[in-house]
Amino acid sequence: MDILPRRRLLAGTGALASLMSAGGWAVEPDVPPIAAAADLKFALDDVAKRFQSETGRDLKITFGSSGNFTSQLQQGAPFQMFLSADEGLVFRLADAGKAIDRGTLYAEGRIVLFAPRASTLRPDPEFSGLRAALAAGQIQRFAIANPEHAPYGRAAEQALKSQGLWEAIQPKLVLGENVSQAAQFATSGSAQGGIFAYSLALSPEVGKLGIFALVPSEWHAALRQRMVLLKNAGDTARAFYAYVQTAPARTIFRKYGFVLPGETS
Amino acid sequence: MGSCCLARPRDLVDWAALTLSVRLGILTVVILLPVSVLLGRWLAFHRFRGRAAVEAMLAVPLVLPPTVIGYYLLVSFGGNSPLGQAWQAAFNHSLVFSFEGLLMASVLVNLPFAVQPIQRGFEAIPPDVREAAAVCGASSWTSLRAIELPLAWPGVVTGLVLVFAHTMGEFGVVLMVGGSIPGETRTIAIAIYDKVQAFDTSAAGIMAVTLLALSLATLGAVYALSNRINHHD
Repeated sequence: MDILPRRRLLAGTGALASLMSAGGWAVEPDVPPIAAAADLKFALDDVAKRFQSETGRDLKITFGSSGNFTSQLQQGAPFQMFLSADEGLVFRLADAGKAIDRGTLYAEGRIVLFAPRASTLRPDPEFSGLRAALAAGQIQRFAIANPEHAPYGRAAEQALKSQGLWEAIQPKLVLGENVSQAAQFATSGSAQGGIFAYSLALSPEVGKLGIFALVPSEWHAALRQRMVLLKNAGDTARAFYAYVQTAPARTIFRKYGFVLPGETS
Repeated sequence: MGSCCLARPRDLVDWAALTLSVRLGILTVVILLPVSVLLGRWLAFHRFRGRAAVEAMLAVPLVLPPTVIGYYLLVSFGGNSPLGQAWQAAFNHSLVFSFEGLLMASVLVNLPFAVQPIQRGFEAIPPDVREAAAVCGASSWTSLRAIELPLAWPGVVTGLVLVFAHTMGEFGVVLMVGGSIPGETRTIAIAIYDKVQAFDTSAAGIMAVTLLALSLATLGAVYALSNRINHHD
């Protein structure tokens, strides 16, 4: 029987090893993986860019659903810092002994009623356009994040309920897996409107796709966004955690419509 | 939270989502059966220029990540696309975020899972059998019905079972173009994902085990059936 020549076997093993290490498992400088709620997509990118240019340190930020990150962190995901859209999830991690403390409030989120450019819906802060469009049968699909697990979806549900529109709009809802997908659905042209994070609507990428109105903050429970360092946090993650609380970072968050701790909108 | 221990396992399963997945799987199979028998037979018996290109195009959903397929579906079925707008005008609702849209996506994605085993089934028929049928004056249709299909049967069953199982398990494409609408686009796979994200592990666990049992039962029934068929040969 023919056995694989030894030299070829060695070359193959070498190639395999180099493939494995190319992914980032090799020893490298402290570049912490960081998990961030989807509503931070544009704002935190800007903050991270500033942090990188000021300190020369790199970060690996992953955006997604806060609930998903919490499950992953409970199962030992290697993120060193977590910026949640919901402070309850941070407390859950703290109670599970995964975080170094109970974290810091870094921002409070707001939501907007959004209509893509082709839609007949005219967003206004009283929801009267939405009410009229619903009554006229002009809303076929309306996008929000899934209220079952997404904090911004829960806020959207509360706002619609507070205006007595929930019953009428429920059959029309399409649910984004996180607030970013809700924004993508709402702007896609396949839905007539949606409710998602103000911070996403204020980004040039999303803002150019339609018009929006800020939803009064009394219509939903406060979106208290809390961040926390995990037990494995290194120097760079700790530096970034501190940086998010400095004036330059706060200016960026304010630009994206977040209300900052100790301030009012 | 407090009622966790009182809920019966039966109530934890999202039956609407499970029914929707089964309905999607069956309809995909029903649509793909005639299409893939004709396509598979054509590819098995005909040599022509560009055959490789046709086969490559049919097989490409096998190797593409669901995100690529989902992206193209969003672009080509979406409200800003000609197809999406034509659909909207004709049926007064969008193709994305609808059951019909999911079904269309499912048919496209599953084409190779149906065509390839069926094509192999036809290819396995010895040429002299078909020649004998032709000499006896059997029309192409009679030959297909009376001679080829009974011989290619295992390939057809394999293809259709793969399609059903794959549809039940499809996740990425549905996540991208579905929107988790109860009774419309929330399949069992999506319902499980939503429950996991909501930390409802008991519901997720029960649904996962239901799906596992259903998949095993389906596959088991099919393997038992195909073993019986092979014995009769």
